[in-house]
Amino acid sequence: MDFRDSPEEAAFRKEIHGWLEVNIPSDWDRSQLALVPPEDRVDMLKAWQAKLHEGGWAGIAWPKEYGGRGASMIEQAIFNQEVARMKAPPPINVIGLGMAGPTIIAHGTHEQKERHLEKILSADEIWCQGFSEPGAGSDLGGLRSTAILDGDSWIINGQKVWTSLAHVAQWCIFLARTDTTAPKHKGITYLLVDMSTPGIEVRPLRQITGSADFNEMFFTDVRVPRENVLGEVNDGWRVAMTTLLHERGTLGFALSVGARVALDELIELAKTTKRNGKPAIDDPVIRQRIAALHVEVEALRLNNYRALTSVMRTGIPGPEGSLGKLIWSESMQRLGDLALDILGPAGMLEKWTENPRVATWQYIHLRSRGHTIEAGTSEILRNIVAERVLGLPKHK
Amino acid sequence: MDFGLTDEQEALKKSAREFLTDRSTTALVRKLMASKTGFDESLWKAMSELGWLGTAIPEEDGGLGLGQIELAILAEETGRAILPAPFYSSAGLAAPVIAAAATGTIRKELLGGIASGETRATLALPEAEGRWDAAGVKTKAEKSGNGYTITGTKVFVPDAHLAGEIVVVARTSREKDKREGISLFAVPTSDTNVKIRQLDTIDRTRRLCRVRLSGVTVGADRLLGAEGQGWSALERGIDRAATTLAAEGTGVAQKVVDLSRDYAKERMQFDKPIGSFQAISHKVADMLLLTESARSNTYYAAWALEEGAPDASLATATAKVAGSEAARIVTQDGIQVHGGIGFTWEHDMHLYYRRAKWCEMFLGDASVWRERITSLLV
Repeated sequence: MDFRDSPEEAAFRKEIHGWLEVNIPSDWDRSQLALVPPEDRVDMLKAWQAKLHEGGWAGIAWPKEYGGRGASMIEQAIFNQEVARMKAPPPINVIGLGMAGPTIIAHGTHEQKERHLEKILSADEIWCQGFSEPGAGSDLGGLRSTAILDGDSWIINGQKVWTSLAHVAQWCIFLARTDTTAPKHKGITYLLVDMSTPGIEVRPLRQITGSADFNEMFFTDVRVPRENVLGEVNDGWRVAMTTLLHERGTLGFALSVGARVALDELIELAKTTKRNGKPAIDDPVIRQRIAALHVEVEALRLNNYRALTSVMRTGIPGPEGSLGKLIWSESMQRLGDLALDILGPAGMLEKWTENPRVATWQYIHLRSRGHTIEAGTSEILRNIVAERVLGLPKHK
Repeated sequence: MDFGLTDEQEALKKSAREFLTDRSTTALVRKLMASKTGFDESLWKAMSELGWLGTAIPEEDGGLGLGQIELAILAEETGRAILPAPFYSSAGLAAPVIAAAATGTIRKELLGGIASGETRATLALPEAEGRWDAAGVKTKAEKSGNGYTITGTKVFVPDAHLAGEIVVVARTSREKDKREGISLFAVPTSDTNVKIRQLDTIDRTRRLCRVRLSGVTVGADRLLGAEGQGWSALERGIDRAATTLAAEGTGVAQKVVDLSRDYAKERMQFDKPIGSFQAISHKVADMLLLTESARSNTYYAAWALEEGAPDASLATATAKVAGSEAARIVTQDGIQVHGGIGFTWEHDMHLYYRRAKWCEMFLGDASVWRERITSLLV
C-alpha cells in the first residue's frame, strides 16, 4: 500500500502539469470551475484540442500506432487528475476520443482507422453518439431506428435524442435495427454516419439549466455507404458494449478531482457567506453537511485507487469502479443543494449582480439533476451493482 | 501508487479468516453473551499465541512490529466474526495510547504484557456525562508522596472487568485550556480502591463498565509520559484506535452485506427470490456501496497513520465517520432485508447489529467526528 507517486509517476505528473501550466489559454476562466458548456466555445475548444494533440496529450490511452501515447492506466489517472486540478478546458471531441475512437480501434477495418482516427485526435472532425431514442433510454436494446440495405447503401430512418454535440459534429456513431425478426439485442448494427448526409435534421434541446447542450436528431431516408458498418452486420450490440465500457473507464479520476475542486470552492463560499449574521461555516448543520460531503469525495478518490490497483494486479476491475459514477452523481447533487442553502434566499436566483457566484452555483445545482440520469441512471447502475457485483437475480 | 495488500498482508487476512471462522462462531458469541464475564480463556490464549495482541506494538517493546494496516486487517476480520474477546480494548485501544504516551520501564512492562496476552488493558476516558473531549475529564490526580492519588468515576470503560491495567485519564492541574493539565496513569485493577461494575451493554460480549477510583494511590512510575501533557498523546493514540474501530465496523458491515445478499437470493415471495425486486436489490447495492467506501477510507487512514502523512488526523476522522455510518446503516438495512426472521432473537442478525452500534458510538458517533473533519478542513 503506497499512495505516493513512484519516481516515474511523479515525473509523468510533472510533465503534464508543466505542459498545462504553459499551454492553458490565458483567457480561459478557471475561476468558473470549468463548467461553461463546451458548445458555447466551439472554436476555442477545437483549437485547444489541436494544441493537446500537437503536445501528444490527445487520446493518451490510445495505442501509439494509432497516434496515442499508449499510456498505462495509472498515467491516464494522473492525466485526468492534473487536467481537473488545473481546471484545464475540456477537449471538445469527448465522444470521438473516449468512445468512437476506441471502438474503431477495437472493431474497425484498416480503411476506417486510416479515415477517422487522426481527425478525431486533432478535433478536425467532431463526433456525436446516436444511441438513445425517445423509446430507448435505459433499455437501449429496445431501439427502433432502422437501416435497410439498398444496393451499396444503408437507408436509415429513425429518431435519436439526448445527443450532445450533434449540432457541431461531422460524424455520428449510430445504432440501427437491421433485423427486425431477431431477438432485440441480436438484430442491431453499428454504423458510422456522416452528419452532412441529406435527410438529417438536428434540433437543439433546451435543458433544465436553460442552455442547449444536447439535441434531438431526425433521420429520414439517409443513405450511408455499405462499408460504413463498424464490426459485423447484426453484431452491433457487442460493438456498442465496447463504446459504453470506455465511457466509464478512468474518467472516475477526473470526476473525483472535479468533486474535490467543487467542495473546496464550497468551503470558501461558506466562509464568505453570512447566515443569520454569522459566517455560514460557523453553522453546525452546515459544518456537518460539509464533512459528510468530504467523506463521500474521499471515498470516491480512494475507490478509484482501489479499482485501479485491482485492474493493474489482476486485469479485472474491482467492484469499486462501478460505484464511482453513482457516488459522484449523488454527491454532486448534495453539493449543489448545500451551496444553495449556504447562499440562503439568493439560492432562489439564477443570477445576481451583487454576487456573481450565484450563477455558477445555480448552474452546478441545476446541472447536477442530470448527473444521475446521463451515462447510466442511478437505477441502472444499482441494477449493475446488484446483478454483476453481488450476483443477485436479474429483475423482471 | 498502489492500494492493495502485500502478499504477507493477504496471508495474514486469510489465516485470520480461517482462525475466526473456526473459533469465533456465533454459537460461542451466544454462549458468552449469557455468561458472567463474557470471556473465553482458551480463545484468548490461542489469539495470544498467534501474536495478534502485539500486532502493532514495536518489536523492541515485545510486539510483532507490524503496523496499523495489519491491525486494520485483523480488526476487519474480528468485526466480521464479531469476536467475543477483549482484543479491541487491549490491542486496539489501550496499546496505541500507551505507545503514544509512555516511555521507559512502564512502557516496556505494559506493552510487553499486552503483546504476550498476559496483561489485558483498557482505556478509561469518559465519565458520567459521556464526553470524549478534554473538558469532560473531571477525575483528579493529586500528588501524594512519591506518587499520585486518583479520585473520580469513569464510565463507558470497555472490558474493564477483564483488564489487569486501566489507562486512566485524569486531571493533575486546572488550566484555562482544558487540554492542558491532563495526565495518563496506568492503574492496576488489583488495587482495592478500584471498584468495577459491569453495565448492561447493547453488545453483551463487549461490556462497558463503570470504574470507581476512590483515592487510588499509584507511584510516579505509573505516570505515562510527562505530567500535564497527556492529552496530545491520548489524541494520537485515539486516532489509531478510531481507525481500528472503523476497520471493525467495516468487517461487521461486510458480513451483513454477504448474509443479506445470500438471503435475498434464497428467500422466495410471490414465486420469486426477493433479490429480484429492486426495492431489495437496490438496498443491498447501497449497503455494499457504504461498506466499500468505509473500507477505502479505513485503509487509507491506516496507511496515513503509519506513514505519518500530514492528513493522517483528517483521514482518521473520515474513516471513523465512514465506518460508523456503514456499520449503522448496513446492519439496520440488513435486518429489513431479512424481514421478520431478522427481528428475532434466534437469528444472528441482531448480534451484528449490536456490535455495529458499539463500533458506531464508541469514541464518538459520526456527528462528533464530522465536526472534527470540518474543523480540520477549515
